[in-house]
Amino acid sequence: MRVSLTVNGQRREDDIEPRTLLVHYLREVVGLTGTHVGCETSLCGACTVLMNGRAVKSCTILAVQAEGAEITTVEGLSSDGKFHPVQEGFWEEHGLQCGYCTPGMIMMATDLLSRNPDPSEAEIRAALEGNLCRCTGYQHIVNAVRYAANRMRASKGA
Amino acid sequence: MPVIPKFVGERVKRREDPRLVSGTGTYVDDVKLVGMVSAMILRSPYPHARINSIDVSKARTADGVVAVLTGEDLRGKIGSVPCVAPAERVPFHPVLAHGKVRFVGEPVAVVVASNPYKAQDALDLLEVDYDPLDAVVDPEKAFDKDAPIIHEEFGTNLCTRSEVPNPQVDEAMRKADKVIKFRLVNQRLAPAPMEPRGVVAQWHPGLKQLTLWSSTQIPHLLRSQLAEMLKLGENHIRVIAPEVGGGFGCKLNVYPEEALVAYLAMTLNRPVKWIERRRENLSATTHGRDQITYLEVAARKDGEVLGIKASFVCDMGAYLHLLTPAIPGFSGLMMTGCYKIPALAFEQKFAFTNKMSTDAYRGAGRPEAAYIAERVMDMVASEFGLDPADVRRKNFIPKEAFPAPTAGGLVYDSGDYNLALDKALEMAEYKKMRAEQEAARKQGRLIGIGISSYVEICGIGPSALLPPKLKGGGWESATVRIEPDSKVTVLTGISPHGQGQETTFAQLVADSFGIDIDDVVVIHGDTAQVQYGIGTFGSRGTTVGGPALMLTVQKLQDKMKKIASTMMEVPPDQLIFTQRTIAMASDPARSIPLQQVVDAAYGYKMPIPGVEPGLEEKTFYEPSACTFPFGTHVAVVEVDPETGVVKFLKYVAVDDCGKIISPLLVDGQVHGGIAQGIAQALYEEVVYDENGQLVTASLMDYAVPKADMLPHFDCANTVTPSPVNILGVKGVGEAGTIGSTPCVVNAVLDALKPFGIRHLDMPLKPEKIWNAIRNAKKA
Repeated sequence: MRVSLTVNGQRREDDIEPRTLLVHYLREVVGLTGTHVGCETSLCGACTVLMNGRAVKSCTILAVQAEGAEITTVEGLSSDGKFHPVQEGFWEEHGLQCGYCTPGMIMMATDLLSRNPDPSEAEIRAALEGNLCRCTGYQHIVNAVRYAANRMRASKGA
Repeated sequence: MPVIPKFVGERVKRREDPRLVSGTGTYVDDVKLVGMVSAMILRSPYPHARINSIDVSKARTADGVVAVLTGEDLRGKIGSVPCVAPAERVPFHPVLAHGKVRFVGEPVAVVVASNPYKAQDALDLLEVDYDPLDAVVDPEKAFDKDAPIIHEEFGTNLCTRSEVPNPQVDEAMRKADKVIKFRLVNQRLAPAPMEPRGVVAQWHPGLKQLTLWSSTQIPHLLRSQLAEMLKLGENHIRVIAPEVGGGFGCKLNVYPEEALVAYLAMTLNRPVKWIERRRENLSATTHGRDQITYLEVAARKDGEVLGIKASFVCDMGAYLHLLTPAIPGFSGLMMTGCYKIPALAFEQKFAFTNKMSTDAYRGAGRPEAAYIAERVMDMVASEFGLDPADVRRKNFIPKEAFPAPTAGGLVYDSGDYNLALDKALEMAEYKKMRAEQEAARKQGRLIGIGISSYVEICGIGPSALLPPKLKGGGWESATVRIEPDSKVTVLTGISPHGQGQETTFAQLVADSFGIDIDDVVVIHGDTAQVQYGIGTFGSRGTTVGGPALMLTVQKLQDKMKKIASTMMEVPPDQLIFTQRTIAMASDPARSIPLQQVVDAAYGYKMPIPGVEPGLEEKTFYEPSACTFPFGTHVAVVEVDPETGVVKFLKYVAVDDCGKIISPLLVDGQVHGGIAQGIAQALYEEVVYDENGQLVTASLMDYAVPKADMLPHFDCANTVTPSPVNILGVKGVGEAGTIGSTPCVVNAVLDALKPFGIRHLDMPLKPEKIWNAIRNAKKA
């Protein structure tokens, strides 16, 4: 089956099995392995990507459902060789350890900040409740998102 | 030239992170090889059943299928999945079951196909005829006369019984004002790293070389065990632990799939990939804890504890994994905690049950021990109406007593338990909170304050303390090479998977040679690149791997000073490394660039007698003793009497892991540990129903905590250096898990005190609390 969509700004057309999950399409067909699979049941959030700007769990969406959509993965976040403020925040605030949940967390946080540029700690924790992290206990992730929010608001103000 | 700062002790951003935040790290599932095929495993749906037959005919002819194998096909081809820890009865542990299945999730058959979708299709075509058998689920009933026998050859479900007797305990019981008796359960937990396990194997037929990528914490130990299972020379196997997405002990193991995928690659002559699914991860990756303890505590009414007698029943599961029967020993030996309790006796019975094996899970025996010790302190306080903080102070080993021998036969290296307790109580505003608790109780609000003063054991060494069958000991290795351009390459035998030693080790090396952290590369997790090493577990990465590194650095420094000494005509003992030079300590302006010394070592145009060319050194470091990190955690919670929901008002952690190399990473380790410990106290539990069926086989049912289920942690450190290693470090990987569980349970039970509730077993879910309150009100 033919699917056409945009991945990280690049238009693509591919022939795939209709049952191919979006995450497998991204990892196996497009070759972007930054998006991880952690549970295949949309419970852990490791596979979170942006579809038309909103966070979705790519392990429970068929690639064909993304027909015509714009998909952004963690590989598509940085621009001009510079990290996105959310990526920077995770690095700056030690928001990751093993790194496996990190791409999904980053995409979810990016979605949150696009809707709420100044989230409180409670709002951040609530927004991330579909993304599991086993290493950090979440506190440094909260700090990372706060860092990114401040950076993004500062650069908008400038 | 910009001044190079010092790195040790500073807040240094991790050097691992740029690749991980940009999606360019390589985990096992990211490995792609030409001609690679996918393996999927059919697993037992029964806890205990006889396999009558397996019909593979439909699967073998399905589209894209390359091979289908069952246990019968592998008989005699692959050795037992290994257990290196001593036990009275060690069953053969097949890679694929033959004859019988013994737990839900046991591998029964494997399908190899051109991709995972086709492998799954073919898996659905396999037909297995089972005769279900009664299962052993409750370990306390495993020894009953009418219990089904799991391994017929033994005629019993008793794996091992061990006893540490002590006649002084009976004496203590006689002298006590009261002997307090109670039963504690450390429930079964699933480590559940975010990255499930995965294996890729490639066979190079010409070279007769096997390359195996595995999500493991122990690449070298895995290589040794695989060599034995597959009857290959160790020099014909290369194990690579690429990016590993968390381990927490469950990847400190050798699994059937590692040998199976290697065997498939060798026999099919194609690269094979197997990626564990979450359901498999929760059913067929080792679990942790699962110990039941009956306690008798001899105490005086002033709070002094005179002795503890304990009887354990520990659930091994159906088979023994790498260290399964070794874990409970730590629970027994560490049970006296930070306290000068003079007499300890315990008995342990290890039961086979129809469940997944237990093995190391973050803390591995010490969280259970700390839970016992800290529940004991609160039980004693409660019995005699004393303040739990005072009972702890009364029993603490005083700081003058170190090195301190314990009733468990260990020698604690250093400690200042009062310091950590005082600091934690101050941060938690203990007195004020007690007053608030009193006032709240009058209004019917249930506030509880819980304390836990823990001590744990890390960096297990000397090697004699490790099981004799483990190929490797308690030592660790390091190679340091200064390359011809003065950049430094470190090869460490540890295998970090989130702990961050690419950063901490680079900090140590950069400061030692007066160079920038970016001049250092730390390589790990590849047996073809790195000398034999032991791996990352038991908070040993920095505790044992760190001294191995620093001793190697010192050897190189000595060599370079010798060379510089000749070049500068200054005695070597007057030289230091600073700002990419070797300089006179008394007059740093008198120096030569590091590069000139490196050039002299590699160019070797003017040989110095007794100095070989090149700049590379290696150390196999054997620790002289273990380290004992400690600390105090305090939780303040409020329990909603209408719903049983526990809400955190405060969480304070004061941890002492000796000297700190990277404060940011220490915080990170503590946070993650606390999260897992709170999860044991409140949320997580592997549940098998009464028939042995696994109920918690998805992340919907197994409650790994989410961001909004955990509080903000208020962390601080005290610093009591360890005298047993040159860095003064103690280890911090597991401390949070060990300290947190008891303090949260103590806090909840403190909140429930007005109802006369003495104890509840974990996890303290709202339903359990709500029922306990309701029953107490009825009574």
